[in-house]
Amino acid sequence: MIRVLLPAHLKVLANVVGEVEIDPSEGSSISAVIEAVERRFPALRGTILRYGSRDRRPMVRFFACNTDLSHEDPQSPLPTAVIDGEEPLLIVGAIAGG
Amino acid sequence: MSGVRVLAGTRKGAFILEADEARKRWSIDGPFFAGWEIYHIAGSPADPQRLYASQSSGWFGQVLQRSNDGGKTWQPVNNEFTYDGIPGTHQWYDGSSRPWEFKRVWHLEASPLDPDVVYAGVEDAALFRSDDGGEHWHELSGLRNHSTGSSWHPGAGGMCLHTILLDRSNARRIFVAISAAGAFRSDDGGDTWLPINRGLRSEYIPDPNAEVGHCVHRLAMHPARPNVLFMQKHWDVMRSDDGGDVWHEISGNLPTDFGFAIDVHAHDPETVYVVPIKSDREHFPLDGALRVYRSRTGGDEWEALTSGLPQEHCYVNVLRDAMAVDRLGSCGIYFGTTGGQIYASADDGDSWSAIARDLPPVLSVEVQTFA
Repeated sequence: MIRVLLPAHLKVLANVVGEVEIDPSEGSSISAVIEAVERRFPALRGTILRYGSRDRRPMVRFFACNTDLSHEDPQSPLPTAVIDGEEPLLIVGAIAGG
Repeated sequence: MSGVRVLAGTRKGAFILEADEARKRWSIDGPFFAGWEIYHIAGSPADPQRLYASQSSGWFGQVLQRSNDGGKTWQPVNNEFTYDGIPGTHQWYDGSSRPWEFKRVWHLEASPLDPDVVYAGVEDAALFRSDDGGEHWHELSGLRNHSTGSSWHPGAGGMCLHTILLDRSNARRIFVAISAAGAFRSDDGGDTWLPINRGLRSEYIPDPNAEVGHCVHRLAMHPARPNVLFMQKHWDVMRSDDGGDVWHEISGNLPTDFGFAIDVHAHDPETVYVVPIKSDREHFPLDGALRVYRSRTGGDEWEALTSGLPQEHCYVNVLRDAMAVDRLGSCGIYFGTTGGQIYASADDGDSWSAIARDLPPVLSVEVQTFA
């Protein structure tokens, strides 16, 4: 299973404790995984990717395997370690403020 | 049991305050949606247990919440606000063109007749409506597509549609106000719109008497007299006696006529309240003294209300959506500050007390009355 770690605010919004697990059969790209998360938790629609353009919100970033994936093609496959469930996909609110 | 419920939106969550008719002892519940900006919470006049809340964040965008039990529990509803058709452009601060882009919901206004009908005023300025309790939203695009729309530009807080007034005697009539485009009226349920800015004069724009481009901060109306409108403009307090066709200034003896909030007494349509703010450079009260001003003559003649309000070293602001009145026999007046206080008066404004003192900066205050 693909393990997704949501930022704290979105965990509360989705009423999620811990990680979200997505079956790789639902897709193994960032885009597909987020769409699967949104299907399971409709309250998260529009909070990670914008409506319409499906662009990443500017103050949201994606990390996995100690690598910043925020600017990678969202349709490209996630690292194998993420697909295999060895490493989580981290969805992170950008550091901003004091 | 009669009483009031105060709905406060703040920079870091929502709070619900309740009291009985005496309005002396208050309970405070919250924060709801902790850490999120709550621009506005609105109750349905048709079903007071139905509430709507605008929850937003610079990180995660807009969320819309609905409660069916007076705020005890909440459910996220649809947060998709898509402009109708090809959005086009509006003006930016420097006069260049910018594509219309949804940012947040500033104000929610529930129908007085149907708890499932609710309007949303958004930034970039547009009016949306839901007929199913927030499950779907559609734009009333005749407003944004008005021939002047491409010339609208933002005020300092963004190009927001911040005021929605529904005429209870005429369901087809809607008033809205946009910073910094001005005031608009629809007489056909929101299909078509007319700028209603005649009589406004703004020296700080290229044409002081322009059809649009005025920074209207807030409109207020007494529900029993919907043709009489009051306006706090950027500078100037204004009044119209013909549904906005013509405005005239009623600033009178106010010490400064800059400000944001304005409201009308629940039982006397000629009694109006404002909170004068020093200037557009200094968003705090004159002389560090927080004073509400009341006119019992529909404007021009104003008296300072100071009892119970800080009269020195006070440098808070009172934002445009942060004043409301209750409808109990002795009218209650409420306002919130950027310092996190909510002040209330149960005697028409003669005396005030803080019913909350250390909240996050208050963005909006609404009041529900239970007779």
